[in-house]
Amino acid sequence: MATSALSTTLSDNGAVVERHWQELNLRRRTYTFLGLALLAVALSGSLWFANATNAGKFFDRLPYFFDFVGDLVPRDGAEIGRAMFDLPSPYDDGSLKYNYPEGRMYLTDSIYVPEYFYKMLETLNIAIFSTIFGMFFGFILCFFAARNLMPNPWVRGLARRVMEILRAFPEVVIAGFFLAILSLGPIPAMIAVSIHTVGALGKLFFEVVENADMKPDEGLRAAGGNWFERVWFGIVPQVLPNFMSYFLLRLEINVRASTIIGAVGGGGIGEPLRLSISQGHEAKTLAIIILLFSTIIAVDQFSAWLRRRLVGDQAFQLAQ
Amino acid sequence: MTVTTIMNTAQMDAIAARHPHLLQGSTSKRIRSILIFAGIGLYMIYSWWFFSIGQVLVNANWGIAGTYLADWVSYEVRPDIKIANDGTMQVVYPRYSPLGPDAKPEWVKIETKMMDRTIDVPAVTQQAAPKKSSSFSFMAPNAAVGGSAEAGARTETRTEEVVSRATVNFNSTTSIAIADGKVAATHAGETLLIDLDHSAGVTPEGTLPEWATQKRPGEKVTLAFGMTGWADVDKEKISIHNRFPGWANFIFDTNSPFFNKSFGEVTSLIVSGERLDPSRSNLSLAWNNILYNSEWQHLDVWTKLLQTIVMAFVGTLFASIIAFPLCFLAARNITRNGVLNQVIKRFFDFLRSVDMLIWALFFTRAFGPGPLAGMSAIFFTDTGTLGKLYAEALENIDDKQREGVKSVGAAPLAVQRFGVLPQVLPVFASQALYFWESNTRSATIIGAVGAGGIGLKLWEAMRTNSDWENVCYMVILILIVVFIFDSASNFLRSRLMGQKTH
Repeated sequence: MATSALSTTLSDNGAVVERHWQELNLRRRTYTFLGLALLAVALSGSLWFANATNAGKFFDRLPYFFDFVGDLVPRDGAEIGRAMFDLPSPYDDGSLKYNYPEGRMYLTDSIYVPEYFYKMLETLNIAIFSTIFGMFFGFILCFFAARNLMPNPWVRGLARRVMEILRAFPEVVIAGFFLAILSLGPIPAMIAVSIHTVGALGKLFFEVVENADMKPDEGLRAAGGNWFERVWFGIVPQVLPNFMSYFLLRLEINVRASTIIGAVGGGGIGEPLRLSISQGHEAKTLAIIILLFSTIIAVDQFSAWLRRRLVGDQAFQLAQ
Repeated sequence: MTVTTIMNTAQMDAIAARHPHLLQGSTSKRIRSILIFAGIGLYMIYSWWFFSIGQVLVNANWGIAGTYLADWVSYEVRPDIKIANDGTMQVVYPRYSPLGPDAKPEWVKIETKMMDRTIDVPAVTQQAAPKKSSSFSFMAPNAAVGGSAEAGARTETRTEEVVSRATVNFNSTTSIAIADGKVAATHAGETLLIDLDHSAGVTPEGTLPEWATQKRPGEKVTLAFGMTGWADVDKEKISIHNRFPGWANFIFDTNSPFFNKSFGEVTSLIVSGERLDPSRSNLSLAWNNILYNSEWQHLDVWTKLLQTIVMAFVGTLFASIIAFPLCFLAARNITRNGVLNQVIKRFFDFLRSVDMLIWALFFTRAFGPGPLAGMSAIFFTDTGTLGKLYAEALENIDDKQREGVKSVGAAPLAVQRFGVLPQVLPVFASQALYFWESNTRSATIIGAVGAGGIGLKLWEAMRTNSDWENVCYMVILILIVVFIFDSASNFLRSRLMGQKTH
């Protein structure tokens, strides 16, 4: 009874409020609708464009979409193990497809590291080395880019622009440039990943520094500490856990990045992966994928565990 | 009051003695940080050895790095000055010279004179050339050539206009003058005279200045003038490499009728000039010439760049559309089915951990090179990543709103729609935007393995080692796109999330 009375008779003020609410609602719906329509137009345009400029047409090639599953079926299950551990294959016909024992890295006369393990190790090393390297320079740069520590807008702006450019500069170009100078090998990939890491970590770091508690800094300033002392004793201890957390997050990303750069000539596991997929060597492909997959999961899990210990649940916010 | 705040040293020491744990960090902590740093240091030394970094850096061809870097923002014009036996010269430009087919640049001054020359006329031109494609025997044509050469080879005396003196001015302080078998190179206030002789080779007079090198007596002399260019002086040929800042023929290539015309000339041609090509207007001709510029390939570069943008856009959009319903199944507070949660979460982990590279390689095989492959790769990887992030966001929501909606008797779907969605939608959209932006960057690199977009074009341009200016052009375009998307995504995200997002 009370509700029906309320809904039928509104006071004048109530009617005005209701009308306003309806207007607002209508406007919001229009915007939502327009936004979705724009998105739909952009999407269909994009799809048409992508299809038109692709080598194979989508619907012609759709039946082949899951062909890669077929690329992953070796002649028998044990082949994967043989490919992974460089054991001779019973199907060996001299072709590249079954030449597993080639590429063994002999440590002594009889003990060897299987090729793909060695390559995986190389990729991991590229990632770790460049992340440490990038962290070192990102660490130095970030204090110059933070508003609370660098009052000079020119220095701050310069540091930020440098980091932006380092971050946005395509890694593949840096890798390609150094490939031309240093010739094939992992070092161009390391340089490319490092340079990108300096920019990416520098940005994350200076944002952490800007959110730091400034009270220790004030204390040090009051006691007459110079800029370096203020940074080193006032800021660094409180940001270090976050820095380490971002370092580990970057390490996860860099393992993937160095794999990709490896595929375009930068050494490591990427190159054999690209070759074996394009040549249709099922056992090799599967061996590499399993290796890569487990490495990535191991690195992710390790880093997640360590980050949780370092900074608690904060580690799992969206990291940029 | 004030007396108590000022302490003497003894009092301070007393406090320090009473609370040693506050003023001295625990030894284990100190040792741990030292150990960590030592470990990192050792690891870096190990990597240095593992990759033999020092050796690679020493063996690297650093000289060429400067040239490659200079190629990014400048170009070389390479005339060759050929010297015949009788000392006459010819200035020859390579076929694809940036100056176009019949170039007469101001910085190359030539003096010509009429002269009687004795020329060896090759015999083969006198008679039908032997068929190179004759397959039955390779002896017979050879024999024929040998025979006719004796009969047909002869000398002829003609009067020709020849170059007697050529001066190449690199800039106001650097120039090379060639006349009568002598080269005078001037750079930085020093002049080097070089004698060219067909039998004795190249002989510089006096000691070589810093900017000139000769490996062995008689061999070619290389003159390096820094950023203005360099030259190779050999006994029969002087190769000039004159470097100019900027990009050559960026708008019209040398085959275009608009080539080498000033902006005013081109405008007047387009606005009121006669049709250069009767079938279409000058405007469309000019536009067409720009798009199909053979050196810069503007249309192709722009298409590939658009492909990269489209790959990131469609891939991320589809990924978020698919991840959206799945994340509700993965979040343990929404779907109370532990098995299903785990299955979906592991599925996300699988998509994410099989690297984008692997997906890209697979789909390149399925769709052929092009944006469809890259799009699918981004779609697969990011369904995993976004699904994981979305599920985490769902698990962190505030339950009170959901309970409120539930308590008034709403249907399960309505509970999600009004109790959950308003809380997470900005987060979802923000994360999708962030990945859209970040994928614009990563789409470049997976393009290089064949998955379409500008990556492959960049890679091809770099492979030749001579198109660094094209690389620079594409990098600038990529940087512009990345910056625009970065700002757009930041703007939209800060609108969505309020001031919290950085």
